Formats: sequence, structure tokens, C-alpha cells
Amino acid sequence: MDIFLQQLINGLVLGSVYALIALGYTMVYGILELINFAHGEVVMIGAMVTLAVVNMLMASGVDIPGIMIVATGLLVAIAVCMALGFAIERIAYRPLRKAPRLAPLITAIGVSIVLQNVAMIIWGRQYISFPPILPMTRHDIGGAGITDLQIFIFVLALVLMAGLVLLVKKTRIGRAMRATAQAPEIAGLMGVNVNAVISFTFILGSALAAVAGLMVSAYYGIAHYYMGFLLGLKAFTAAVLGGIGNIAGAMLGGLLLGVIESMAAGYIGDITGGFLGSHYQDVFAFFVLIGVLVFRPSGLLGERVAERA
Amino acid sequence: MSLLEVRGLNVSYGGIKAVRGIDLEIAAGELVCLIGANGAGKTTTLKALARLLPAHGKIFYQGKSIAQTPVFDLVRKGIALVPEGRGIFGRLSVEENLLMGAYSRKDTPAIRHDLEKNYQLFPRLFERKTQQAGTLSGGEQQMLAIGRALMSRPRLLLLDEPSMGLAPLMVNKIFETIRTISAEGVTILLVEQNAKLALEASHRAYVMEGGTVCLSGESAKLLHDPQVRHAYLGE
Repeated sequence: MDIFLQQLINGLVLGSVYALIALGYTMVYGILELINFAHGEVVMIGAMVTLAVVNMLMASGVDIPGIMIVATGLLVAIAVCMALGFAIERIAYRPLRKAPRLAPLITAIGVSIVLQNVAMIIWGRQYISFPPILPMTRHDIGGAGITDLQIFIFVLALVLMAGLVLLVKKTRIGRAMRATAQAPEIAGLMGVNVNAVISFTFILGSALAAVAGLMVSAYYGIAHYYMGFLLGLKAFTAAVLGGIGNIAGAMLGGLLLGVIESMAAGYIGDITGGFLGSHYQDVFAFFVLIGVLVFRPSGLLGERVAERA
Repeated sequence: MSLLEVRGLNVSYGGIKAVRGIDLEIAAGELVCLIGANGAGKTTTLKALARLLPAHGKIFYQGKSIAQTPVFDLVRKGIALVPEGRGIFGRLSVEENLLMGAYSRKDTPAIRHDLEKNYQLFPRLFERKTQQAGTLSGGEQQMLAIGRALMSRPRLLLLDEPSMGLAPLMVNKIFETIRTISAEGVTILLVEQNAKLALEASHRAYVMEGGTVCLSGESAKLLHDPQVRHAYLGE
């Protein structure tokens, strides 16, 4: 088996999920200069709701294909997460719009803790497993394997990212988002309802988070009320790596981080002579974060860190 | 009936009264200028009219109070502001900036038509329509800011210091454009430091000093008023 190719495939699949989550961080930062640390929890809620619906449908014994069950769960999760994203901004961040920047940041961490605990109360502390209802056929390419699920995750992520780029670059609401990110007061003069644009941004990011939640739980086969914490931090790292506030940067940073992580996990055993194993995978994201913050704080594609400081 | 009527406008900034109870009246089709020294309250007045600053007093537009109207609704009512310092979107292209001006409109064919009209008025913008607006020169940015405001088809155009920081040739070009827009029937309230140019271009003028209107009347008369000539035209 070709380790390099295998780890590249695994890394790209994982990275495309990071990218979807990183987009939510970067879009909100672009408009509000706020790191929405609760975003990882929205991903978790997405995963939990999908699984709750899937398990309910399975238990009810309805006779529909597994893919349809999952799709139903996903649609419900998207709706729930969109409402959640809207509510988080409306309740927790909007009242602090004019407060010093530290206040909404601390609030974001608070929202994150609240969501974790709510999820724990609703779904319990135990790991919830994803029922094996999705096609998992393995295809062999050049000595490495890729499953149906991996192909599905990667393609869906790319389609969503392409759709988002089109939305932001070509549509009226996308133009309003970019204008609001650059100069909210002037955008208001042009007739843009800035609050509505901010709400839209949260809703959009949360919808992507819901999809990412399904992807992660299906990929690893489990979901847990605490899963959003690490995922959120990693996606945040991806956004910083690409240049926070930059949409293309979030996509690049996500994919890159996925590949770095997976390569490091694949080779660390060989390099350290078996002293460190692949369970150190999670460490590398934070090596990357530290490296970026020390050597290139504006990220790969970001340039204008001080512009509106 | 006047298009815009302001009664007893007061604006305070952090405890300082920048505008102290001024009255303004602008009839449809007029080009009125607001002149005065630095810090007289001209820009503050304009910002208050555009609802960018909280103000006390009565503001009537087409006979209706707009003192509580949110900023983003003003443009739908036909009021457009070209802000001081131009306020273009530097990372949007020139054409995207113009389209932002038409954000409140849904009539796509007419928007296209106005875009072409803008490019005729400012051929330079046509040459640079795909360029990032931040790369334009100061004069080009001012053209873009005016063009963008026109894209909303305003009835009342509020212009804040359009000549600021521009080379004399460019200033002339901008004022020529302002006259053209006025001749097309757009009502204009112009705030300007260059009193001579403003008085020459406008029908009527208000002179501000220390947050109040100290003088007003027909521009042609003010232009020959010895007091104005001494205080604002440097003679």
C-alpha cells in the first residue's frame, strides 16, 4: 500500500471538512472582526441533530434507503443550525456590537460552553455511533484506497465551496457582504441593511457547519457533545493559516491543514522510530497554528491585518 | 413646497455641541451650498441629515419626517450621500462599486442603462471598470463616489467636500460634473471648503460658523458681499 498517496487522500477528505468549517469562522471575522468560538459547537449540534433524526427514523422501522435517511437528517440539521446561528448572533453578539472587542470574544467562549452543556443534557455524555447505512465500498487507486463516503464528502465539500464563491462573487447579497465587510457605514448608505447581512452571514456559515457535522460524524462513525471543541480549534487554525477574513484562504488553509495532519500522522512513527505514533495527529494542527502566528500572522493569502485595526 | 426642510437641528459629539439649532430649506431642483471654516459644523450637519449621527430637531423630506428613518431606507426614498473622503469600497471593482450604488433598485435593465450613462459621464471609470477601486487616483475615486451615488437615481444628492485633496484641474472637472447633474434636475446640497467655487456653482448658500448659520442668501449676492469676501474668499 502506498502510504503517501493514502495519507494524501485521507488528508484532502479531512481537509475539505476543515475548510467548510473554516469558512464559517472567516466569513464572520471578515464582517465583524469577531472570532466566533461557538462555531465548532454549531458543527457538533449539526452532527447530533443528524444522528438523532437518523436513529429515530431507523427505530421507527420505515423502509427507505440509508442515503435518504441520512439526507433527511441532514436537512433537519441544516435548518436547526441555521436557526441556531441566527439566534447566537442576535442574542449573544449583537448587543455587544459596540463593546470592546474582548467582550464578544469572551461571550463566544461562553456560548460555546452553554451549547456543549445543552447538548450533554439532551444527548448524554456517551459517544453516539453512526449506524452503518452509508455505502462504504473501497475503491483501489494506485495502491491506495478511497471509500464511497470519502468521495462523497470531498465532492460535496468542493461543490459547496464553489457555490459559496459564486454567491459571494457574483450575487447581489454577496456584493453586499463584501461591501459590509469593508465599510459597514458606507454599505448602509447604499441601502444595505447591515444587520440583515450579518444575520445572513451567520446563517450561511451555520448551514455549512451542519453539513460538516454530518461529514465528521459519518467519517469517524461517532458523535459526542464535546467534538466541536477540537474541530472548531482546528478549523480556526485552518482559517488563520489561509489568512483569516479571506474566503479563498479558508479553503486553502483547510485542505492544507488536513494534508499536513494526515501526512504527519502517517510518517511520525517511521521518523521517530516508533517512539511517537499516529495518535499524536492532533498535535500538528497546533504546531501549524504557532508557526503561522510567529512567522506569518496574516496567513498565506491575507495581507491586510492592520487595515482596520 | 421644499424638498428638504430642517428645523432646529442640534448635533452633539461626546458633550460638544457641533451644530446648534440650524434651519435649512431646499427646494426641488436647487443647488444649495453650505460653506464655512473648518469645524463650523458643515460635515456634521450633512452626516446628521444622512442619519449617520444622532441628532435632535426636525427633518422633513417631501413633507414627511425622516428623523427616525434608518440609514438604509434613505436611499430608497431618494436621498444619496457622497461622504467626505469618498468612502469607496477599495477591494471591490469599479463596476461593483457602481452596482452597490444601485443596491436598493431591482429594475435590472434600467440599472444597466444608468451604468452606461455613468460611463459616458466618466469615461475614465469605463476604462477602469474591472480594476479594484482602491487603485484609482483620488480624483477618479471622487468620480466613482459621485457616480455610485447617481446609480440610486437620487432626488436629493448630499455632497461632502468633493474637492478635498484634489488637484485644481480635477476640482474643475468635478464641479463641472456637479453642474451637469444639477442641470438634469437633481437637487443638490453641497458642503464645500472652497467657498468661491461653491458660490459660483450654486443657486443659494448658507454660511456656517460655530455650529450656527450666520448668513444665507443667493450665491451671486454672497459672492459680492464684502463680509463674505473678507472672511471666506481671502480678500
